[in-house]
Amino acid sequence: MVILGIEASGLVASAAVWEDGVLRAEYTINNKLTHSQTLLPMIEAMLSLSETALDCVDAIAVSEGPGSFTGLRIGAATAKGLALAKDIPVIGISSLRALSENEADSGMLVVPLMDARRGQVYCGAWQDGKEIISERAVPIEELIGTLRQALPDGSAGEKTAPAVLFLGDGVPVHKETILKTADFPCRFASAGNARQRAASVAELGAADYAAWLSENGFSAEEAKALGADRLSGLGKFSGSVMNSDEFVPKYLRKPQAEREKEAGLLEDPGMRSLRKIARGAC
Amino acid sequence: MQKKDCVILGIESSCDETAAAVVRNGREVLSNIISSQIDIHTVYGGVVPEIASRLHCENINGVIRLALKDAGMTFSDIDAIAVTYGPGLVGALLVGVSEAKALSYALGKPLVGVHHIEGHVAANFIQYPELEPPFVCLIVSGGHTHLVIVRDYGEFEIIGRSRDDAAGEAYDKVARAVGLGYPGGPKVDKASQTGNPHAIVFPEGEVKDHPYDFTFSGLKSAVLNYINKANMTGTEINVPDLCASFQYAVVDALVSRTLRCAKEQGFQKVAMAGGVSANSTLRKAMEAACRENGMECYYPAPVYCTDNAAMIAAAGYYEYQKGVRSGTDLNAVPNLKLGER
Repeated sequence: MVILGIEASGLVASAAVWEDGVLRAEYTINNKLTHSQTLLPMIEAMLSLSETALDCVDAIAVSEGPGSFTGLRIGAATAKGLALAKDIPVIGISSLRALSENEADSGMLVVPLMDARRGQVYCGAWQDGKEIISERAVPIEELIGTLRQALPDGSAGEKTAPAVLFLGDGVPVHKETILKTADFPCRFASAGNARQRAASVAELGAADYAAWLSENGFSAEEAKALGADRLSGLGKFSGSVMNSDEFVPKYLRKPQAEREKEAGLLEDPGMRSLRKIARGAC
Repeated sequence: MQKKDCVILGIESSCDETAAAVVRNGREVLSNIISSQIDIHTVYGGVVPEIASRLHCENINGVIRLALKDAGMTFSDIDAIAVTYGPGLVGALLVGVSEAKALSYALGKPLVGVHHIEGHVAANFIQYPELEPPFVCLIVSGGHTHLVIVRDYGEFEIIGRSRDDAAGEAYDKVARAVGLGYPGGPKVDKASQTGNPHAIVFPEGEVKDHPYDFTFSGLKSAVLNYINKANMTGTEINVPDLCASFQYAVVDALVSRTLRCAKEQGFQKVAMAGGVSANSTLRKAMEAACRENGMECYYPAPVYCTDNAAMIAAAGYYEYQKGVRSGTDLNAVPNLKLGER
């Protein structure tokens, strides 16, 4: 079973090939937000250099969010295009859960932080791959309070308690606040694991895909031979495994205009124009 | 020997329409699927870029699938993929560009990045199989007002342009101010049908020393000031008269400059392109002016005036024939200029 992993939820663009439990290739660039120019050339180079034919890929695991709206869509549209062309499914994987997977074996409470702007972080907490705190967008102070409650009684200040391991692009933004306000032992992931990795997306995707196969009693070969379109028509897809048409990013946040509308802040556009003229802005 | 057919899959996502189409030999539309988001954006009084981008991402695969199905084709029948890479909303463009690149790479089919406005011009090739360059073309839409000479396929010389608002933008703003809502073009056009175009005299903007350039900001301000004054003095506004008078000024500016260009530069063929070229009053006026001067007038059917992917496939066809190819690093260029690559 071969899974192509794609990650573009943040500053990192990353692609990976996972084959039967082995990481065959991983290509990560943490430079600028130019995913539209780099992501597909990276996939192309990685597949070519690792001698992986796209035809051999069983499914595409892609980071579904939260994260940069535009980044998520570049990853999503790339995955959707590849999957549509090859008639294979897409597996949507949470970018936060995938980040936590980088350190799943640490034994610590792993807390991915992604800078969500507006004074918030996208975050959650996992231990040994199990979700402890669900995904959310909250101020860092609120997260620290939630973490304190989630930790076993008496762990505050106890040196023997399992530490909390932070990672993600929210760390450099909030490290100072964390160190100042957290009264539990904190660790920060080293550079190799500190940012999004497509290897983790692919790994989690492979697990979801294997579970889906066994649920439906298919071998990987049988599913591949049927094709995603036929499987979709048969109503076989469920959970994170889906036909490329159905895959959309999970933004965790509504567009600003929609939030304003719901809050009743959206004024009549006609009135807005007229008010502007009255101010001489037109 | 007959030349082999060339089938292009076009993809367009520059604004608020997710579109895909299959076109044979640049002129014959085999399918043309448009998923319009207009009802959703109307609530906000204009296109909300983030909402548009999300909807593109949601709909694009279904739209492409439907375009192939309607054409009775599969990916293996396609010779190349053409995609709009600018100008437009960057987040919206990126969905189509990323999707098209992935398809091109995975299918091993060539990719051609297409300029959205070149697509609008190419809509005329779909409508008139006999039409060939050179001709004068007035490009009018929500984002563009350009007067160009189409020297050859994909070769444009810009003769005049709007110095401020695009014609469609002026329509949208006026429509909002009188409470007609979004999109302004068709609504103002409809309201003006029962109005008197000479009821109010609005100034027709001119750009000094640039006889082919347009300016609509003065006109727009005049209309908005008129409304404001009426509101303040409690005078009732005759909306049809106001719309008809505003539209008269816009159409007069567009037609007079286009005809002047055709006459002075010695062209017999005058074409229109872009969303505003679906405007019934503009069409009638341009047609009448061309007839008077013994010129041929061309404009696409309304479905090819608004954003669509058939026109992108048509423009892509001529680029493809010229050998233009885009790589997997093709990026969206939101402010791509006409004639730029």
